[in-house]
Amino acid sequence: MKRTLFRNQFLPWFLLAPQLAVTAVFFLWPAGQAVWQSFLRQDAFGFSVTFVALENYAALYADPFYRNSLQVTLVFALLVTTLSLGVALVLAVAVDRMLRSAPAYTTLIVWPYAVAPAIAGILWWFMFNPTIGILAYVLKQWGYNWNHQLNAGNAMTLVVIAAAWKQVSYNFLFFVAGLQSIPASLREAAAIDGAGPVKRFFTITLPLLAPTTFFLMVVNVVYAMFDTFPVIDATTEGGPVQATTILVYKVYMDGFVGLNLGSSAAQSVVLMGIVIFLTVMQFRYVERRVNY
Amino acid sequence: MYRLLLSTAALAMLGNAATAQTEIQWWHAMGGELGARLEGIATEFNASQSEFRVVPSFKGTYPETLTAAIAAFRAREQPAIVQVFEVGTGTMMAAKGAVYPVFQLMADMGEPFDQNAFLPAVVGYYTDADGNMLSMPFNSSTPIVYYNRDVFAKAGLDRDTPPKTWEELEAFSRQIMSSGAAPCGFTSGWISWVQTENFSAWHNQPIGTNENGFGAIDSQLTFNGPVQVRHWENLKRWQDEGLFQYGGPVGGNDAPPKFYAQECAIYMNSSASRAGVVANSKDFEVGYGMLPYYADVAGAPQNSIIGGATLWVLQGRPEAEYRGVAKFFSYLSSPEVQASWSEPTGYLPITQAAYEYSQSNGFYAANPGAEIPIKQITLNPPTDNSKGLRFGNYVQIRTVIDEEFQALLGGSKTAQQALDAVVARGNALIAEFAAANR
Repeated sequence: MKRTLFRNQFLPWFLLAPQLAVTAVFFLWPAGQAVWQSFLRQDAFGFSVTFVALENYAALYADPFYRNSLQVTLVFALLVTTLSLGVALVLAVAVDRMLRSAPAYTTLIVWPYAVAPAIAGILWWFMFNPTIGILAYVLKQWGYNWNHQLNAGNAMTLVVIAAAWKQVSYNFLFFVAGLQSIPASLREAAAIDGAGPVKRFFTITLPLLAPTTFFLMVVNVVYAMFDTFPVIDATTEGGPVQATTILVYKVYMDGFVGLNLGSSAAQSVVLMGIVIFLTVMQFRYVERRVNY
Repeated sequence: MYRLLLSTAALAMLGNAATAQTEIQWWHAMGGELGARLEGIATEFNASQSEFRVVPSFKGTYPETLTAAIAAFRAREQPAIVQVFEVGTGTMMAAKGAVYPVFQLMADMGEPFDQNAFLPAVVGYYTDADGNMLSMPFNSSTPIVYYNRDVFAKAGLDRDTPPKTWEELEAFSRQIMSSGAAPCGFTSGWISWVQTENFSAWHNQPIGTNENGFGAIDSQLTFNGPVQVRHWENLKRWQDEGLFQYGGPVGGNDAPPKFYAQECAIYMNSSASRAGVVANSKDFEVGYGMLPYYADVAGAPQNSIIGGATLWVLQGRPEAEYRGVAKFFSYLSSPEVQASWSEPTGYLPITQAAYEYSQSNGFYAANPGAEIPIKQITLNPPTDNSKGLRFGNYVQIRTVIDEEFQALLGGSKTAQQALDAVVARGNALIAEFAAANR
């Protein structure tokens, strides 16, 4: 490791100052505000503010809907990650075998990534709409009565599909790049030794893709937990009976719709804890275990 | 070139004239057609005098507008006027330091103001314990019944008779389905507002203690009475039998298309849905009726309650702006302006004079059904159970009602369990609000 030594003690601080200022103003200060507000109970206009210590957290702990939201978030993140990674991998492997048509195919698959999450949500909402949706209609022809407004499973399926659909493009690009960096000679050698395509995929391609997969896993979990608000808001609005209310959506509902700032701040602090945990996991565990 | 110079000079002069005027910010939540009509009112007011200029700005949905105004107030950047929906009334009333009560504003500014000119059913919702008007009614509506006259005829029913009672509505729906005239009997927007709150008022059943929350901030909900339980039970049964189709939470976005597509023959929603119904029913004839009631419930039908929004004046603006606000409110309540707002939109006229104006200009004669909402809210003098409701955190309680109704329809709870849960969860929210506003 190379170290640079500064003669002047202030110069390094001076060079760091802009970045530190940005971090302080845009990250530390608002985060501090959230932590402070989570200890308060106040009315919407801020006329009466009382310090309630950990009461907001205690209320969250006792709230069955908050525990439900934690569970919903977990299930949602797992499903979105699995589905978007799985589909993207299949598509990427398929593209990797093409020679001439690959660029055109790649372009087409990347398209959905340009669609804003809210639009993606609306698109799927239209297709699955019990009254006017084409997919709901087709399902009805097959004898399945789709209704994501009343059926929690249907609602979860809808938001998972809408959220994962967009992310497939992103994952696909990384997988294609990852596949191209695997030397063809390895696979050829295995083929000569008599390994079939399935065996080659599981013993050579998949392990060598591990760094990409781990990276994408973290990115997708973070995406599912924090960036899917527009999808949820445009499709199910967290319903039915909070079956698709992920933690971020609950912060919005309680804070911006319900104007319960204390509880909303406490929920944000919990989310902050989860982000810190995920980041530490990534650096400590994932990045060390995977050989680049 | 000369022309360009001239027009530039003219623009500059206009600019000067505008800066001499006092600007009044008006934040509202009316999009689309309604927003265009609202802006029209502001433009007409600005043209009618030169001292003040009302500047409307669209801030999104009702909750978004309220949140934006509160955030702006905390940052000392609040508008003079903000449109707040009826369930935000509790929040606004509790914020005594933030609002400038309308009756006081009109008195302070020496603007003539007669509270008795307003329709009691509208004003009652927005007065304090002493009967003083706190906010200016703007868009008030009440739910009514819309029905498909062609489907009624096809089913062998009288095309001119809407169902009067729930018993009739059930029988009509069965006949419509069994005759094959339509695949569904009825649907409804706003389960919370129409099938729960208005249902209670219409049957003279209490929604909460202390005169539905008007009397005290720490009231309790009483939605779980036998009449409401019976109705939710029926809705569940009718949904299972296909007579009723659920239109979704909050406003029930899926309900209107079911009616427009002639899937459901009867549709309950706000009187302000009228414009949409008229525009989307080109293929069939629409009939109008009052909300149904259970014939054996004593005291039904009572009167329905309103929904919609009022204009609240916020504290902390310069005195000159408040003079303009008072002038604007006088302008807004004049019969002509009221008619230009209520006639195309389906909202209720808010003053007796405006109602009479629309009667005399032949609007009700030319538009059958347009008078039903006003007849319905004035059917009987309001009782403690039917003058409205006022609870803290009510925006969230509406969500609770939707969630528990979904739990009922989904089969995980009985009507009694669902409504008991509404009351228990709602009471916790009210208690939280009372604690935060002590």
